[in-house]
Amino acid sequence: MYAPSFAAPTTVAEAVQLLANASGVARVLAGGTDLLVQLRSGMLKPDLIVDTKRIPELRTITTEGGGFRIGASVSGAEAGEHETLSKDWPGVVEAVELIGSTQIQGRASFVGNLCNASPAADSVPALIAAGATVVIAGPGGEREVPVEDVPTAPGRTSLAKGEMVVAVKLPPKPARTGDAYLRFIPRTEMDIAVVGAGVCVTLDEGGACTAAKVSLGAVAPTVLVVPDAAAALVGSRLDDAALAALDAAAQAACSPISDKRGTVEYRTKVAGVLARRAAAIAFKRAGA
Amino acid sequence: MAKHHISTTINGEPVEFLCSTEQTMLDVLRDELHLTGTKEGCATGDCGACSITVDDRLVCSCLMLGVEADGHAIETIEGMADGDKLHPLQQKFLEYAALQCGICTPGFLVASKALLEHNPDPTEEEARYWLAGNLCRCTGYDKIIRAVLDTAADMRGAS
Repeated sequence: MYAPSFAAPTTVAEAVQLLANASGVARVLAGGTDLLVQLRSGMLKPDLIVDTKRIPELRTITTEGGGFRIGASVSGAEAGEHETLSKDWPGVVEAVELIGSTQIQGRASFVGNLCNASPAADSVPALIAAGATVVIAGPGGEREVPVEDVPTAPGRTSLAKGEMVVAVKLPPKPARTGDAYLRFIPRTEMDIAVVGAGVCVTLDEGGACTAAKVSLGAVAPTVLVVPDAAAALVGSRLDDAALAALDAAAQAACSPISDKRGTVEYRTKVAGVLARRAAAIAFKRAGA
Repeated sequence: MAKHHISTTINGEPVEFLCSTEQTMLDVLRDELHLTGTKEGCATGDCGACSITVDDRLVCSCLMLGVEADGHAIETIEGMADGDKLHPLQQKFLEYAALQCGICTPGFLVASKALLEHNPDPTEEEARYWLAGNLCRCTGYDKIIRAVLDTAADMRGAS
């Protein structure tokens, strides 16, 4: 009979050692909202489950020099209740809060959403647009990489054996900066993104865009960074020409699949529309 | 594999149980502790029939392992009424006939109680969003929402 081992370490060092020394498949359990579904369906039969919720530093949001360090087991509901995080990075918080129901929000984490490596993960385009990084602990110590370097394919990440993400870091928000995330689903709640778009912009005092980052979800095997879409915004005040260039660049970046949620053509078209709408919100939040 | 010995609090009472790693909190409640008020609907976190609170946070017990309960405070539907005295939400669900087959009802009650503790004066929209993770295939939701909002008004008036 299948009987996995279970451990609930209280330090990152212990957790890394358990993961590094595991024979067979080891999985990290944070919120468990993806892992338990995979266990239940028999899709995944890990030999070891490591619960990281008893590691204090993984359960807290701390501010660091104006930026934020969000522990890997912090839930979406906890992120939403954090006033300064919600004020500084509303797009990021709105994105994580779009994941599932109130019940799912009580457990689901940013890092779980990222490491589950779904191309439709809602929080990931928002984190990428905001310039977030992750801190990865492993047998060799810690390393910090941009969020976009973690997913490599559907269900796959760049983490090596023994490594785990311990935190997401958001930079101090520069002056006149705004972020936004929008997703399209056929209903108002509780569904998986057909397309998601994250946009973050910084404006100068005259309202012209000096820096931008655009990220799209559910339109390729991994969440995309779209530099051409960002370039379409830089220098503009979000006039019609910039919006058209943004739309075209977003569409050009798409290589989606057709499935029950949407066809290739539909997803591509919607990606352009959502990028424009998210950009409008980001500009407004930046003070335009 | 030896079973895990878990010490927890359920509905205010200290409870100890044994479980294996792969048993969910829902399995433990129903099969080990015989607290069968918590229902299994989808077992994938979509329907909310298995709603409980853990340290006052609303979760799906099908998406939590029993071993995770160690040292935490669990509340289930069995803890909602005070003996024979129904919780105001339970009373109002009866008055409004906010149920038909009843399998979603424990989950709706636990989730609605969590809503009113979090927000004693929800708008209809807030109540509908909060309860979006609880599925009911009988009522069409309207009676449930009206029962919850009316309870909220009564409880505000009483306090």
